[in-house]
Amino acid sequence: MSYLNSGLPKPVPAPDGLDSPFWEAASRDVLMLQRCGSCHEFQWGPEWICHRCHSEDVGFQEVRPVGNIYSYERVWHPVHPALKDQGPYIIVLVEMPECSNVRLVGNLMGDAEQSVEIGTPVQAFFEHHRDVEPSFTLVQWEKV
Amino acid sequence: MSRTVRGKVAVVGLGETQYYKRGEAPDAEFKLALKAILAACEDAGISPKQVDGFASFSNDRSDPSHLAAALGIDDLRFSNMQWGGGGGGGSGAIANAAAAVATGMAECVVVFRALAQGQFGRFGQGPQRDVIAGDGAHTIPYGLMSPAQSFAMKVTRFMHDHGVEQNALRAISLASYHHAQNNPRAVMYGRPLDEEKYDNSRWIVEPFHLFDCCLENDGAAAMVLVAAERARDFPHKPAYILSALSGSHYRAGASVHNTPDYASSTFKTVAPRLYDMAQVKPADVDVLQCYENFTGGVLMSMVEHQFCDPDGCNEFFVKDNLIAPSGKLPTNTSGGNLAECYMHGLGLNIEAVRQIRGQSTNQVDDADVALVASGPMVTPVSSSIFGTEATL
Repeated sequence: MSYLNSGLPKPVPAPDGLDSPFWEAASRDVLMLQRCGSCHEFQWGPEWICHRCHSEDVGFQEVRPVGNIYSYERVWHPVHPALKDQGPYIIVLVEMPECSNVRLVGNLMGDAEQSVEIGTPVQAFFEHHRDVEPSFTLVQWEKV
Repeated sequence: MSRTVRGKVAVVGLGETQYYKRGEAPDAEFKLALKAILAACEDAGISPKQVDGFASFSNDRSDPSHLAAALGIDDLRFSNMQWGGGGGGGSGAIANAAAAVATGMAECVVVFRALAQGQFGRFGQGPQRDVIAGDGAHTIPYGLMSPAQSFAMKVTRFMHDHGVEQNALRAISLASYHHAQNNPRAVMYGRPLDEEKYDNSRWIVEPFHLFDCCLENDGAAAMVLVAAERARDFPHKPAYILSALSGSHYRAGASVHNTPDYASSTFKTVAPRLYDMAQVKPADVDVLQCYENFTGGVLMSMVEHQFCDPDGCNEFFVKDNLIAPSGKLPTNTSGGNLAECYMHGLGLNIEAVRQIRGQSTNQVDDADVALVASGPMVTPVSSSIFGTEATL
């Protein structure tokens, strides 16, 4: 099952490898985010050093895939040919209170015209696209 | 206050091409740049060969060496690009040019922006490619790929935090279209907007209706800056730069929507420095040009420039408060990016100078202080304040 019509650019790990553990984990239904080994705070998107303590000891850690809707938007006007017949869809910005309040972008499962409230708890849903080349997994969200 | 540009530099020439709908310019982008620069020099009463510097923003494609060659300039002394920030660089380019003139690096600097979205592709479209890596991999596959979509997320959060209603955004659009009806240069001249037409217009992305979004245009704009001590030797009343600077707050550039102070127009640290340098207060500002990529950004910029309390937006943002000449704070008096032309905001700086000269098509009485906020919600952003000689 895919929330959006197919044909958008497919995500691939950055050539420098910075976010590779995130994508590899997502393909296994696991959410991994970057965490500093020195000050133990999370940061997102991934960076080369910790922006707080400047340690180079930044790695990825599995986290509970739960958060709250920090903001959202309902898109109506398609800006990509693949979405021409999509109709409206919802993008959410999810804050992760267990992970230094970093935020992830995804879609909110369900009716595209449902009402959305900031603060609503959500959990991740791993949307696999295994029959395309290159294959990929999106981290989507559903209300708890 | 010796380390300041306040009062040291003035704008003495303005130039614009005709403004076109996207794809309708008869000229190539580089020729548009040349035409605007020639027009600005003519307005200043100088030969283009007297120009010795160029400053622009947002990776403008018309590079200064190429311009200097095309214009036959003998001695190019200043060649500057404000990094990043899209339209957030408009006042930043002016700040950089002013710094060059104030410190003697150059004598006569042109700030310009040329844009042919018809020739080079649209800002408002997503990338059409097979794969995406890097920051975009974490947004684009979810359908988050246009400026409207990037900024609606911030505006939604701001409106939630402060109880801002849709009508506050609508008032900004109504004011811009109101002003454009008196401005024959405006692309939306002769295309008025009322409440009903706004309310019935389609959503682009909530909370932005069609009329909350900037235009997509072709054209070019330019202004000529010289040292203040020379400014009275030119044909037009000088507009003195009281302040111009750029910047952004803590981790404004954090990727994937992770800026801690997220629902911001990025002006919280810039605006206080702007007022300090200019030695003016928000209440001293007679007329405002406030970059509209989207109306929500205008609202947040005006709050962060301290024109309105964040919890008072529904009362402040009504059309009557925003229109010239009678409004509390006439805003976007040319029609701006929504209804005059989207020249990546440099048209707003030009309109501010027109107000100081007394030449706007929506002139504010006794406009001595004009503020421009460039490019909300990007990073870095920039702002500038222009004043008449009386403000020095």
